[in-house]
Amino acid sequence: MSATNEGLRSEMQKHGVYLTTWDQLVNWGRGNSIWPLQFGLACCAIEMIATAASRYDIARFGSEIFRASPRQADLMIVAGTVTKSMAPQVVRLYNQMAEPKYVISMGACATSGGPFHKGYNVLKGIDRLIPVDVYIPGCPPTPQGLLEGLMKLQERIKRQPMSQEVARKHGEYQVPQLGASGLEPKYNPDIFTPAQQAWPSGATPERPEGKAS
Amino acid sequence: MLPAPEELKTTIEQLLPGVTLTVEGAILWVTPANLPAVCRCLKETERFSLDYVADLTAVDYPQDGRMDMVYHLCSMAKRHGPVTLKVKLDRNNATVPSLTPVYRGAEYQERETYDLYGVTFEGHPDLRRILLWEGFKGHPMRKDYVVEDQDAPAPS
Repeated sequence: MSATNEGLRSEMQKHGVYLTTWDQLVNWGRGNSIWPLQFGLACCAIEMIATAASRYDIARFGSEIFRASPRQADLMIVAGTVTKSMAPQVVRLYNQMAEPKYVISMGACATSGGPFHKGYNVLKGIDRLIPVDVYIPGCPPTPQGLLEGLMKLQERIKRQPMSQEVARKHGEYQVPQLGASGLEPKYNPDIFTPAQQAWPSGATPERPEGKAS
Repeated sequence: MLPAPEELKTTIEQLLPGVTLTVEGAILWVTPANLPAVCRCLKETERFSLDYVADLTAVDYPQDGRMDMVYHLCSMAKRHGPVTLKVKLDRNNATVPSLTPVYRGAEYQERETYDLYGVTFEGHPDLRRILLWEGFKGHPMRKDYVVEDQDAPAPS
C-alpha cells in the first residue's frame, strides 16, 4: 500500500471507490479468522473458555472456532502450566499444526513457570521449546487480557507481507525426551538462550537498610 | 460419636492382644508391623466402622533421620472421623506394610507417596510411579532432593 497515498485513498472511499492491495486483502482475511487449537493445560484454560463464551465472545474477532485437531488450527494458545510430562506433547502438537502458525503464551506459567518456577516438575516457559509470538502476563490473565493478546497477534499478522509469510517455514522443532531429572534437552538452543543471572549463584541480593528479611 | 483417643487406644489394645499404641494429642502412634491389624480392627469393629482412608501421606524429617507416615481414617457409615494414625519410619529404609489389602482406595495414594517420598509399601499389588514418569531418578518431595538447573547448557 506504500505506493498509494493514504489521503487519496480515504478521499476515494468517500466516493465509493475502494482500493486495496493483495497483501492487505489476504491479511485482513487471515487476521480475522485465526482458529485456535482447542487445548487447555490448567486454570488459564478456564479464562480461555470464558473468553470463548457469550459474555466476552471471542467470535467478535473471528476466533470462535476452537479446532480439536492441530491440522486445522492456526494458533496455539498455551493456556496454563506446562509440566515436564506434558511438554513433549505440546511440541508435538505444535509440529503437527499447518503453516503459517502462531503461538500465544497465556499467563505467568506458560511464560516463565510462574509460581512453580522453582518446582521439580514444571517447564520454565514454553518459549524454551517452541517460538512464541505474543506473551500475556497475568495469573490468570483476564478474558480482556487474552483478547488484547489476540488483537496484538492480528496486528502482527496484518503487518506481514504475504510473500514473506509464504516463504517462512518453521519446520519441525525437536521433541524433548523425559530424562532422569527433567527434559532432555532442557531447551532448544536454536530459539532460546538462558538469561544471565542477576547475581552470582550462591550470593543473595542486598536488602534495603532497616528491613528485616 | 467417635471415642476419645485414649479410649480408642484401650479398646484396640483389648481387641488386639500384643498391640501397643501411643497417644499424643489426637494422634495414635502405631508401629509399622501393627498397622494393618490396627486398621483392619478400626474398619471391622462395628462401633468404629472407619471404612475410608481420607488421606495418606508421608512427612520427611531429615534432621532426625526419620520419615513419618500419616493416615486419616473416616467413617462413611457412621459419619465420623477422622482418626489420625502415624507411623515412624527410618528415613534411609522407609518401608511400611501396604494398606491396600484392607482399603482398596489406598492403592493410588500409596503409589503417590512412593513416587514423591520413596516410601516402599510391602504387599502393594502394583507399586509404580504414578505422577512422574518411568526413569525419573529420586523422590522430589524429600527435603534433600536437588532440583535440576533448567538453564544448564546441554552436554555436547
